Amino acid sequence: MIPKNLKYTEEHEWVRVEDDSATIGISDYAQEALGDITFVELPEIGKQVAQFEDLAVIESVKAASDIYAPLSGKVLEVNPALEEAPETINQDCYGEGWICKLSGIVETEMEKLLSAEAYEKLIASE
Amino acid sequence: MATTVKNTPLRDSHARRGAKFTEFGGWNMPVQYKGIIHEHKHTRSAVSVFDICHMGEFLLKGAQAQGDVARLISNSVERIRVGQCRYGFLLNESGGILDDLITYRLEEETYMLVVNACPTEADAEWIREHLSPGTVFRELSEETAKIDVQGPRALEALSDAADIPLSRLAYFHFERGKLWEFEALISRTGYTGELGYELYVKSNAAEAIWERLLEHPLVEPAGLGARDTLRLEMGYPLYGQEMDEHRTPFEAGLDPYVKLKKDFIGRDALLRQRAEGISQGLVGLLLEGRQAARHGFPILRDGVPCGEVTSGSFAPSLGRAVSLGYVPWDHRAPGTRFEIRSGHRALTAEVVPLPFYKKGTVRA
Repeated sequence: MIPKNLKYTEEHEWVRVEDDSATIGISDYAQEALGDITFVELPEIGKQVAQFEDLAVIESVKAASDIYAPLSGKVLEVNPALEEAPETINQDCYGEGWICKLSGIVETEMEKLLSAEAYEKLIASE
Repeated sequence: MATTVKNTPLRDSHARRGAKFTEFGGWNMPVQYKGIIHEHKHTRSAVSVFDICHMGEFLLKGAQAQGDVARLISNSVERIRVGQCRYGFLLNESGGILDDLITYRLEEETYMLVVNACPTEADAEWIREHLSPGTVFRELSEETAKIDVQGPRALEALSDAADIPLSRLAYFHFERGKLWEFEALISRTGYTGELGYELYVKSNAAEAIWERLLEHPLVEPAGLGARDTLRLEMGYPLYGQEMDEHRTPFEAGLDPYVKLKKDFIGRDALLRQRAEGISQGLVGLLLEGRQAARHGFPILRDGVPCGEVTSGSFAPSLGRAVSLGYVPWDHRAPGTRFEIRSGHRALTAEVVPLPFYKKGTVRA
């Protein structure tokens, strides 16, 4: 359940880079640990975020968790489906349950992200 | 204080079913199996079983036991008949809530008290200090397992197994009999707002009973996560959240379980509080959206902090977030609006009458 074509953070976000934009979500490990997701506080479109800073908040029945930006960039788009159906993240975290897209990303920051293999090792050790 | 976390007799059974565990009141408890929302909805529509073995049970026996419970507990537990049980509070001399509990009259001179997990030891000490010399106190927690069977179809799940005519059992009544070949005390009580029963059985029979209950096609296991959202939708207070030794039953809005006409520990303080005025009261708060206002979040009125959220979550049956919290006594009226601070965000909440969820089958 760890797609090979994505990069990961130690905080369990994933990122898929296409040209100069990036799609962001949380990993299957993260959605499983959170349990039923009931609310997502999405970032404002146009907001500039820096790598590893607060991007969104995901609430489950039991708790609220901060989601960090895997890369710096400007919020280009947010997933509108999450407003009414935040459980989409539980159902399809790597697909329909994406959280937002960033534009103007800095490619050199990718070096600070984990490969699928490295991420797999990380969660195996948790 | 005990530092080791205790396991219930059902721990292995939960692990086999893939439960996630959490520490609660010194116990390692299942918080969910398939998922909190699924378990919540299953309880509202069918029937769920809950491992509640962490709660404590005491036996009080003797000619003075009736007088002792009358003095220890705020509600008129001394007036119930054998076969009845009643909700009430253990209060300290200041009227603060040491615990909420249910008192069962097992025999003319024998009572069982069912208390919360976390304060079990402190309760036992408090009760023993205040008993008449002739009253026998026995700790039954270790040998007693408690399984809650809750949901509109709870009767169907139990009726073939029990040799007691459960359909005749009225709310807050109990009977002793057999569940399959096992001895059980079955009471028509619960903490979900649905029709339901609480089973008190021997610890060494708990796993067999639990597994047999789950063989019924309508029955699924539910964890403490769903137990919490179910009780919250009903506005039922939880010890340690809405109630503690710094809150009185009046502040918590639980006056019906306090009988000022009789003498009990804490009565004088409650009479004083009633005469002098009460500063804060517990209310139900309906949030605007799905975002929850949780325990400890400040409640503001005109930008000024005036209270605090005690419990809050997304309410699965309502599709909205709800909270319980303390607000100024004079601003408890339904329709009153407050702001709740959640970090940098402000949430809007409105006081609504309890329960939040009105379709419960508890008295059906």
